[in-house]
Amino acid sequence: MTFEYAPAPESRAIVTIKPKYGHFIGGKFVAGGKHFPTINPATEEVLSQIALAGKADVDAAVKAARKAYTSTWSKMSGKERGKYLYRIARIMQERAREFAVLETLDNGKPIRESRDTDIPLAAAHFFYHAGWADKLEYAGLGTSPKPLGVAGQIIPWNFPLLMLAWKVAPALAAGNTVVLKPAESTPLTALLFAEVCQQAELPAGVVNIVTGDGSTGALIVNHPGIDKIAFTGSTEVGKIIARAVAPTNKSVTLELGGKAANIVFDDAPIDETVEGIVNGIFFNQGHVCCAGSRLLLQENVAEEVLHKLKNRMQKIRVGDPMDKNTDVGAINSKEQLAKIIELAAVGDSEGAERWSPECKLPSKGFWFAPTIFTGVTQAHRIAREEIFGPVLSVLTFRTPAEAIEKANNTPFGLSAGIWSEKGSRTLWASQQLRAGVIWANTFNKFDPTSPFGGYKESGWGREGGRHGLAAYLKGVSHE
Amino acid sequence: MSFYGLVDGTEASLKSYLGKLSGVDQVGAEARASMLATRSIKTTSKRWAIDTAITMVDLTTLEGADTPGKVKALCTKAVRPDPTDTTVPSVGAVCVYNDMVSVARAHLDLIGGQHVPVAAVSTAFPSGRASMPVKIQDTQDAIDAGAAEIDMVIDRGAFLAGRYIDVFNEIVQIRQICGNKAHLKVIFETGELVTYDNVRKASFLAMAAGADFIKTSTGKVAPAATPPVVLVMLEAVRDFYEMTQVRIGVKPAGGIRNTKDAIKQLVLVNETVGPDWLNPKLFRIGASALLNDLLMQRMKMDDGYYTSPQYVTMD
Amino acid sequence: MSDRIDVKKTYKLYINGAFPRTESGRTYEVKNAKGVFIANPCLASRKDLRDAVVAARAAHSGWNKATAYNRGQILYRIAEMLEGRRGQFVEEIVSITGATKVKADKEVTEAIDRLVWYAGWTDKIASLAGSTNPVAGPFYNFTIPESMGVIAAIAPEAPSLLGLIDAVAPIITSGNTVVVLASTKAPLSAMTFAEVLATSDLPAGVINILTGKKDEIAPWMASHMDIDALDISGLSSEKHADIKVAGAENLKRIHSFKSADPGRIIAFMEAKTVWHPIGL
Repeated sequence: MTFEYAPAPESRAIVTIKPKYGHFIGGKFVAGGKHFPTINPATEEVLSQIALAGKADVDAAVKAARKAYTSTWSKMSGKERGKYLYRIARIMQERAREFAVLETLDNGKPIRESRDTDIPLAAAHFFYHAGWADKLEYAGLGTSPKPLGVAGQIIPWNFPLLMLAWKVAPALAAGNTVVLKPAESTPLTALLFAEVCQQAELPAGVVNIVTGDGSTGALIVNHPGIDKIAFTGSTEVGKIIARAVAPTNKSVTLELGGKAANIVFDDAPIDETVEGIVNGIFFNQGHVCCAGSRLLLQENVAEEVLHKLKNRMQKIRVGDPMDKNTDVGAINSKEQLAKIIELAAVGDSEGAERWSPECKLPSKGFWFAPTIFTGVTQAHRIAREEIFGPVLSVLTFRTPAEAIEKANNTPFGLSAGIWSEKGSRTLWASQQLRAGVIWANTFNKFDPTSPFGGYKESGWGREGGRHGLAAYLKGVSHE
Repeated sequence: MSFYGLVDGTEASLKSYLGKLSGVDQVGAEARASMLATRSIKTTSKRWAIDTAITMVDLTTLEGADTPGKVKALCTKAVRPDPTDTTVPSVGAVCVYNDMVSVARAHLDLIGGQHVPVAAVSTAFPSGRASMPVKIQDTQDAIDAGAAEIDMVIDRGAFLAGRYIDVFNEIVQIRQICGNKAHLKVIFETGELVTYDNVRKASFLAMAAGADFIKTSTGKVAPAATPPVVLVMLEAVRDFYEMTQVRIGVKPAGGIRNTKDAIKQLVLVNETVGPDWLNPKLFRIGASALLNDLLMQRMKMDDGYYTSPQYVTMD
Repeated sequence: MSDRIDVKKTYKLYINGAFPRTESGRTYEVKNAKGVFIANPCLASRKDLRDAVVAARAAHSGWNKATAYNRGQILYRIAEMLEGRRGQFVEEIVSITGATKVKADKEVTEAIDRLVWYAGWTDKIASLAGSTNPVAGPFYNFTIPESMGVIAAIAPEAPSLLGLIDAVAPIITSGNTVVVLASTKAPLSAMTFAEVLATSDLPAGVINILTGKKDEIAPWMASHMDIDALDISGLSSEKHADIKVAGAENLKRIHSFKSADPGRIIAFMEAKTVWHPIGL
């Protein structure tokens, strides 16, 4: 007899997925024209047909948002706006299980993560920002800060509902209305959120959700009726957006790619460090812009850490995302899987040594085993390019200065990790690292009160906290 | 003694050995333990886990009010935890104060419980505040009375004062008294050591000094065998095995009162040191109330409905 | 004896604490409001910009590491040095712009006072733009603003001294280094200001001043991949779009400003958030 974990599948009975969805415009669901399928990446099952928004749909959404902005939302007191946000937060908590199951079905992430991280944090973002709505004059942006108007928001597929919350909550708290486009491959929780807006009796047009692909995103970015663009996604698309809005007066925030260094000093708390490395790169299948994808090990502990890391990786449970015991779920899409496979192959061809624990991958769906590459140098592509998958590149260093130099040797600057038990060294390293979020003796932690965002090519602006709020209010000094 | 070649018995070598240990981050260790608490196990495994947990229980009574009658009743329960079901295995051991060892041994032998060892708490349990000759005598008495397992406490005062060599030497001396007659479990009283760094340090110290088992607590101080404390001790045992190829046992004691808690402990064992440790030779649970909950859960699995405490024996 | 011939100054660039001529060997003619020749300042080239950026990058680490108190004292020292030479600045402004002495005097006074104002911000801006964040968990979490790196600025045509100081002072207050293109028509006070800088304890490379043509230099600033951000307040607004398009290549932060306020300092700072567990 051995000790086996049960498949403990979360029931999907709690969610009702319609065979077909339209857009949410002006407080109502409206039928779309063309549709495309959204699938469960763990099984390739088609979950629903999603509308592809064209120009007319985006126009209608912007028009509804403008109308809601001028007639209702911008005139409403902060106190009342806040109450709507509190309502939304509460309904999201009430329907948390439903959101978690739907997120896991559409995205492929383990139910443990959607249940314990994505959904609670999304609700927390609304609760936090609700409290800002009637306190904007204390946000350090002057005595009477003003909203920007209509915000166009384009979010990624890695944390669908959480990214929606990061975008919608501050926008609404500051008095803006929104047109939001969820990612092509993960629209379902955003559409369920539309129902939450209805249940909260949010005035029509304050939140509008249009579904579609990159072409819909481009329509939003280039729409003359939009005052603010908020985008989370790749650096490549971020640059396209930056160029597109250059001739306009649109404000922009961008939350883009990363290639975070996770630095392990020789005095690190080893077992928790190994946990942190695992959490840093295998959380959410590595589909995390701030993932600790470059492990920098001090040479005198490199062997020990790698040994422990490999042992620990053998305990990672890859498989059915709906199983509560699953640690690593499905890769979100066929395209993303192809990209990961391609970059991993580059790692092989560049001479890095690939290692994965033995794990049985399901035959259907999109899967990639947790993988580490050792013998990686700064010159390897897998040390420079964002893989956005469960692939860790391991490098070594000899001195703290060398660690920092390697960590900063990238055009990205989103996040970094430091593992050390020495306070002064941790503070020194956190000062030296050119990244917007530094996790010391922890990794991949998020909170609505904590500003998040990158240096350099990892983006513009911050999300979360007082800093994030500023991205949705007119600044005092500059145009 | 060679101390596995890790130390040579001098204070300098002990300091150097302990100085090489990495720290433990409290928040990280607790996060890992609570994540593992979310694992759910197969129904068939659960049945196995309950029976395994029963064999791991050190059924304990450590009260000032203990009498021969009380101890005998405990022994009866230890041998046959459920008088109505002979498939229920005996527990790992009975654990008593040293003056009750002979009573327990005699009664166990009388009722067909020769296979159940008696464990004696020792070295001025629970405080450890006595002279070394008294601690040695305490241990010797227990062994003479038939104890096959000695649960000694460390001198927490010495540990917290940094006199690690004194703690080390006490364990070494008690180990010598135990010889090959008794297994030695070393109790840290983790609730008094407070930090996980101290727990890790005490674990490595005790293992090098010759402990067969490392044990969290006396049961007299809270917090006792919390999942993160046990996690840290299991990690130490795992690392020590890699260094020496010697498997040291772990015994959480105190605070594990129901089946759910016990299974969480088994999950910690399985994930941290692996299935080799999932047997009573390497993992024990010091408890009293736990046994009845295990029995009730076992009945529920067999009968398909929830039982009442009336249907399990109170001893 | 009144026939003495003046010793006229050759106006050069200010890069890395030195006064080199432009590597291009080019100059352009500056005349005063009445059309009278005043000077032949350097017509800086993209290679001068390149050299200035190298100097600014090299200076960043040290200037960024200097204590806020130290940076404040140096900014204050610049004000002291400027005060001591105010007559010369007034004279230059009058000669080149044809402004009245009173008006020129007012500009110089404001410029000095503005430097003193920024000097006081060095050790206060972090408490304004930073925060501790009460996250829901056992973590200490704080956000501190820090300098971005190398910033390029286009100073406005006028006022030539005050505009220049409004461009560079907020940038360097937080620990950034700067390459600034001075007013094209009235570059003299910028280059005289460089002499003030050279004698005021400011480390070499923290402020680098070029003179020349906006249309020639601004696009190179926008496309330079080792420049982190731009202040294009001195560039006419119809030219902003092209600069922003070029700047998108490395996602430069590009701003223009209407007034002097703390937001001008914060715009060229990055917010860094640090998490650390709280435990025993």
